[in-house]
Amino acid sequence: MAHGEEGGAGSFWRRYVFATDHKTIGLQYFFAAVFFLFAGFLMMMLMRWQLAYPWKPIPWFGKFLPARLAPNGSMGPDLYNMLGAMHGTVMIFLGIAPLGFAAFGNYVLPLQIGARDMAFPRLNMASFWLFLMGGILMLSSFWLPGGAIQSGWTSYPPLSIINPGQTVWIIAMVLIITSSLLGAINFITTTLNERAPGMSLMRLPIFVWTQLITSIILLLAFPPVEAAAVLLLMDRVAHTSFYVPAGVVVLGEALNRSGGGSPLLWQHLFWFLGHPEVYVLLLPPLGIVAEVLANGTRKPIYGYRVIVGSLLSLCLLSFIVWAHHQFVSGLFAGLANFFLMTTLTISIPVVLVVTCYVWTLKGGSIRFTTPMLFALAFLPMFGIGGLTGLPLGTHVTDIYLHDTYFVIAHFHYVVSNGIMIALFAGIYYWYPKWFGRMMDERLGKIHFWTTIIALNGLFFPMFIQGLAGMQRRLFDPGAQVHNRLVAPLNVFISFMAAVLLLGQLPFLYNFFVSLWKGEKAPENPWEATTLDWACPSPPPHGNFEKPPRAYRGPYEYSAGDGSRDCLPQGTA
Amino acid sequence: MSGNYGFWLPVAASSYARDLDTDFYLLLSGMVLMFFLWLGAFVYFLLRYRSGRAHQVERSGRGGGWALGAGLSIIVFELAVIVVYSVPTWAHVRMWLPSEKDAVEVEVKAQQYAWNVRYPGPDGKFGRTDPKLVHFTNPIGLDFSDPAAKDDVVLANEIHLPLGRPAIIRLSSLDVIHSLFIPEFRLKQDAVPGMSIPLWVKPTRLGTYDMVCAQLCGFAHAFMDGKVIVESPEAFEAWLKSRAPAAPTPAANF
Ligand code: HEM
Ligand SMILES: [Cu+2]
Ligand SMILES: [Cu+2]
Repeated sequence: MAHGEEGGAGSFWRRYVFATDHKTIGLQYFFAAVFFLFAGFLMMMLMRWQLAYPWKPIPWFGKFLPARLAPNGSMGPDLYNMLGAMHGTVMIFLGIAPLGFAAFGNYVLPLQIGARDMAFPRLNMASFWLFLMGGILMLSSFWLPGGAIQSGWTSYPPLSIINPGQTVWIIAMVLIITSSLLGAINFITTTLNERAPGMSLMRLPIFVWTQLITSIILLLAFPPVEAAAVLLLMDRVAHTSFYVPAGVVVLGEALNRSGGGSPLLWQHLFWFLGHPEVYVLLLPPLGIVAEVLANGTRKPIYGYRVIVGSLLSLCLLSFIVWAHHQFVSGLFAGLANFFLMTTLTISIPVVLVVTCYVWTLKGGSIRFTTPMLFALAFLPMFGIGGLTGLPLGTHVTDIYLHDTYFVIAHFHYVVSNGIMIALFAGIYYWYPKWFGRMMDERLGKIHFWTTIIALNGLFFPMFIQGLAGMQRRLFDPGAQVHNRLVAPLNVFISFMAAVLLLGQLPFLYNFFVSLWKGEKAPENPWEATTLDWACPSPPPHGNFEKPPRAYRGPYEYSAGDGSRDCLPQGTA
Repeated sequence: MSGNYGFWLPVAASSYARDLDTDFYLLLSGMVLMFFLWLGAFVYFLLRYRSGRAHQVERSGRGGGWALGAGLSIIVFELAVIVVYSVPTWAHVRMWLPSEKDAVEVEVKAQQYAWNVRYPGPDGKFGRTDPKLVHFTNPIGLDFSDPAAKDDVVLANEIHLPLGRPAIIRLSSLDVIHSLFIPEFRLKQDAVPGMSIPLWVKPTRLGTYDMVCAQLCGFAHAFMDGKVIVESPEAFEAWLKSRAPAAPTPAANF
């Protein structure tokens, strides 16, 4: 591939819009994903108002909402369901996954393996534009006839067949899924074929391993759900019955379908993607944390081989646990025992990785930089998230906990308190490489402490609400007797959500002001070892001034007798 | 009944509720132990190995032995809980049904946004239903040409159960997926159109309990709630008689 010429010089359009350079595409993904994350967050803020003060008009913003969805500026249940379903979809498919995988992966992976670009730069561009089209279509569904989806991000039929708004969701999902598949093929090929001389597989930084494994998961898990989504589309527009059994009567009207389908079929196909998808969300941040931890402790990562082995087994096991989301769905009860066993098996590699990370700290010389603080906080937060997966993965206890706020708390501890925090670590860590400037450390620390306190105040009470039996996806939880006592906790939770929102202001300020005012960043500001720090900040087109070579493993900190602080991978 | 709820698991009111709780507490103790062991190591390392404290970086321990130890102990713990407790409890709760002779039989058919509850009446047989007959006066489409249908007791959002006697609940749905959730019984099961799923429960405590929907089913999902009333066997029989054939459902002559 002639990536030397392409997208380097050339017009503004070629360089910044229809770019093929992996770094530009990485940043395009980055800004798009951060935009979607904020959009998803604002949707949740509206819902948090409704949960804290049911039926009360939304201050100020309420008057911009259409009366049909929000009479007198107070939220109606349809709008609540739209916001909830879109929050989930946007956060998972348009926010976290593209940020961890596509944005960080595109920018950092080629640098870390010493490549000049991705293997298929134009495929890479196609992948971004499909993603952006899908994302814009998804968000625009709020303004289209029928509005946004109302059946949850899981879109269980028959509800998703009779509800308005679902068709646009399906089409947008098909675009997003196709984009991920293109990206996955590109990442796998690049990692296997474009490595610098000397960069053997066992010398790959953990981050590269996580991206490679994420790509494999995407490539295997997304096609079934893409097909399933097309079947759902057919059920809606062509009146087929893949997911509709005979005899369905909706509000007194027989549904116009021949029947013979199965609602459970969708759940199987959806969760066959859905569970691996949580590893798509998790693995890139795990890679980021490994990089930052090794750098911040000035030590090689503890148990490199154990980690790589664990990640590979996670990849395999993630495909045989999906029905733990369906213990009470009507699944044959004997099968639940099987999925219980596989789910508990998968907790072993997770425990191995986390323990290796904690033990990396032992004997180090820990520097508490902002990226390091975020990476450290990831460990206990992910610990709580992962451990609370145990009673959910155990069928007996899941009977009660399923579809309660306990599940919400579990996965937000993982995704929000864990994964999002790790992504922040990555942003603070690679910012100097991306923009050639340093971010302010003091603002970074303010951002860290407000964020971590707000996140825990936000999600910990949800465990309590879940234990008390409060179900998820309730427009007005306090309307039910068993929730009367715990529903008022929502006032506190929503307050914490507002603190979280305010806590992002120092970050945004720091991010944008540092672009111009930040201290100029050297090539290797963190004294790191991997190849991404052996090129200028920001790297020029083609990345490296002379072709890099890997002389040793990725984390040779405190090499030799411990007296040399770091021995970069690319230094002879 | 609001006294049944707190900032923790609600009152246990079925024969297996305590078993489910015990399993949860077993797992919870393992989780808490594991978490604090990790956290202890984590905090200790952070304090002990700050940069600036004079010490040589220790590069030893690339092997991962500690991690393998942690992985091994968690799997031993999990296997113990599961083999000894979870799998047998699951078999008891979900893979077994009381005999129909001793049990009260109830059918629950969910719809947007109500629970239709039906008892077979004095003949002990559920009458035929047909989706084509569904009408707001006949919400589950009872077919009154079937003699067994004539004495069926149909009501909405209320299940009556006798104390101490097992009940078999046959759960299904007319339209979308709902989920029957009775927190005090620790009972939850999706109601799926096209399937009839048998469940069992033995109430062990008198009282009135919330019966709510746990699966998003449309705009009024949050308001799809009803009551379970557990009464003495005598009171239950009296109630069932009072509802039975003497008061034919309005649709009977329809
Ligand atoms: C690896 C990071 C993880 C992520 C990102 C994650 C994410 C999620 C998400 C998003 C859901 C909710 C799905 C829904 O909308 O219904 C969920 C549920 C669940 N998670 Fe996790 N999870 C993670 C780790 C784990 C672990 C380690 C376990 C088990 C040991 C686990 C077990 C479960 C189970 C069983 C459910 C289903 C609960 C229910 O619906 O009743 N998860 N998780
Ligand atoms: Cu899962
Ligand atoms: Cu519902």
